[in-house]
Amino acid sequence: MPFEANGKTFETDEEGYMVDLGSWEPDCATVMAELEDQPLTDAHWEVLNFLREYYDEYQIAPAVRVLTKAIGKKLGKDKGNSKYLYELFPYGPGKQACKYAGLPKPTGCV
Amino acid sequence: MADYDVPEVKEYAVVPLPKDGVMNHLSPFVAKPEFQEAMGYVGKKVHDDPKKMPEYVLIDGWKEKALDKMGDLLGRYRSLQVFMDSCVKCGACTDKCHYFLGTQDAKNMPVARQDLLRSVYRRYFTFAGKYFPKLVGAKDLTEDVVQDWYSYFHQCSECRRCAVFCPYGIDTAEVTMAAREILAHIGRGQKYANEIIGKVFTIGNNLGLPEKALANVLEGLEEDVEYDIEVEVKFPLDEKGKDILLVTPSADFFAEPHIDGLIGYAKVFHQTNTSWTLSSIASEAGNFGLFIGSYENMQRISMRIREAALQLGVKRIVYGECGHAWRVGYSFLNTLAGPFDFLDQNYPIPQHICEFTLDKLEKGELTIDKSRNDDKTVTFHDSCNVARGSGMGTEPGGQFTIPRAVIKAVCNNYVDMEKDTIHDVTFCCGGGGGLLTDDLMELRVKGILPRATALINAKEEHGVTHMAAICAICKSQFTKVLPYYGFAMDQIVSVHQLVSDAIVLEGQVDPED
Repeated sequence: MPFEANGKTFETDEEGYMVDLGSWEPDCATVMAELEDQPLTDAHWEVLNFLREYYDEYQIAPAVRVLTKAIGKKLGKDKGNSKYLYELFPYGPGKQACKYAGLPKPTGCV
Repeated sequence: MADYDVPEVKEYAVVPLPKDGVMNHLSPFVAKPEFQEAMGYVGKKVHDDPKKMPEYVLIDGWKEKALDKMGDLLGRYRSLQVFMDSCVKCGACTDKCHYFLGTQDAKNMPVARQDLLRSVYRRYFTFAGKYFPKLVGAKDLTEDVVQDWYSYFHQCSECRRCAVFCPYGIDTAEVTMAAREILAHIGRGQKYANEIIGKVFTIGNNLGLPEKALANVLEGLEEDVEYDIEVEVKFPLDEKGKDILLVTPSADFFAEPHIDGLIGYAKVFHQTNTSWTLSSIASEAGNFGLFIGSYENMQRISMRIREAALQLGVKRIVYGECGHAWRVGYSFLNTLAGPFDFLDQNYPIPQHICEFTLDKLEKGELTIDKSRNDDKTVTFHDSCNVARGSGMGTEPGGQFTIPRAVIKAVCNNYVDMEKDTIHDVTFCCGGGGGLLTDDLMELRVKGILPRATALINAKEEHGVTHMAAICAICKSQFTKVLPYYGFAMDQIVSVHQLVSDAIVLEGQVDPED
């Protein structure tokens, strides 16, 4: 469903991904996460910020392996694994985190 | 969590009592008109209000257009005409479908699902149906019928298990493909499949992975492998004049455990001094044109592989681990994108990576330490499109024996699952045929039941710890859905991941842990 953030309405597709990815702003992440009862902590934001940076450069979400490696480098080896990311984003770092970060949903055989 | 129950696992797959309409609430999302149009289809949107959810309806004149398309397909495919005419309702297929076994919905019995199309065929294309519809089970084409088509033809993964048991050889997958093709022509294309095909045409692969990102992933893998074992293993992209073009599903660049399989291919090529490259044009082996029954799209997708092979000047084409890609590659590639007279005719066109690796194993060109996989007892899931839609190597049944031979050459502990769930009667993973999408999660969770039952039995009877597969869809479906049945994601492995774990490269230094 469409959601409101910062007094603006943002259109989403059937799965809750933003239609106009260019209009993303940090409040969008907070609102989308709240709608799914998933409060965002600093740990979540570390991931979301990395996703945004990667997307700016490569126009797609990073592979799980790229993401875990980057998080591991930044936050320590114990956090550079899928388990940590799934604890933060139980529906899958690829899909749930991408939604909040305003990235397109990874599609295909994944 | 889900608002449906995960089916109860019994000791053996039990044939359930059919129930009416218990799955008719489930349909995939409809493709947007702009995606439809890019593929030569049509679509119609109800409104442009961003504050409301999008809504798509059947196009004007849908009934006439659906029947025209049905007539067109009946004329183009003699097989479809035969499948429409020859069913005698013997019932042999009824209990063979994983979606029926998992959902109990009567319309998921293959004969009943096919009859959704067959009854309309009778009404408009047969003498008896035109004049005495009630006597022959002929039905008018109405919006309700279209809705049933859209729902139930997306509850078939085109796995063709039922077809193995049909005494007339009716191929249900082709009936499903025809129905989906008709639906796409009246504004009912499926979002998941059609958006993916759109990405193949605009970006080059199902994932939507641009060239720059692909190059970044491959560079990262080179770093990782060097960091892990101190050997410089290359993952070449778009390098001209190499012997082999490797086409592989884009999931191999992105998902787990797929990417571990890709590392395995690269290590095999490295140790055998094989000159190879990936291509950014053909950075996808998969071909969703097959799933939606669209010859035109299937051909357009296949042509990228030809184009890449010509541009790069390779001598051979090898396919990575992808089930339906291998069906299209093995069975139809020459028709769709041939002739491949510019390739080296001494090798199969195309060749499967398992065939390539087994040959090298048999020639002793790979250094394998099987004990490195001693922590595992492995079984193998035959992917439907490989098992029932292709062959491999030179012997009949090579698609069953070759992947197993590769696994057994790199693992000491291997066992098969029950014999009525493998080889040509293998069960679908539950997510094939264009259904690997979150909007069909209920179907995927229920449809995996027969495979999950067999795997649980193999675990309990033989201590199986890992299940290997050679299909990106199977691997993704299993890692996502087997956790509902008590398995962990990392119990699903790529066949070449097992190769990668056992291979010992020259100069390899193992990490200390």
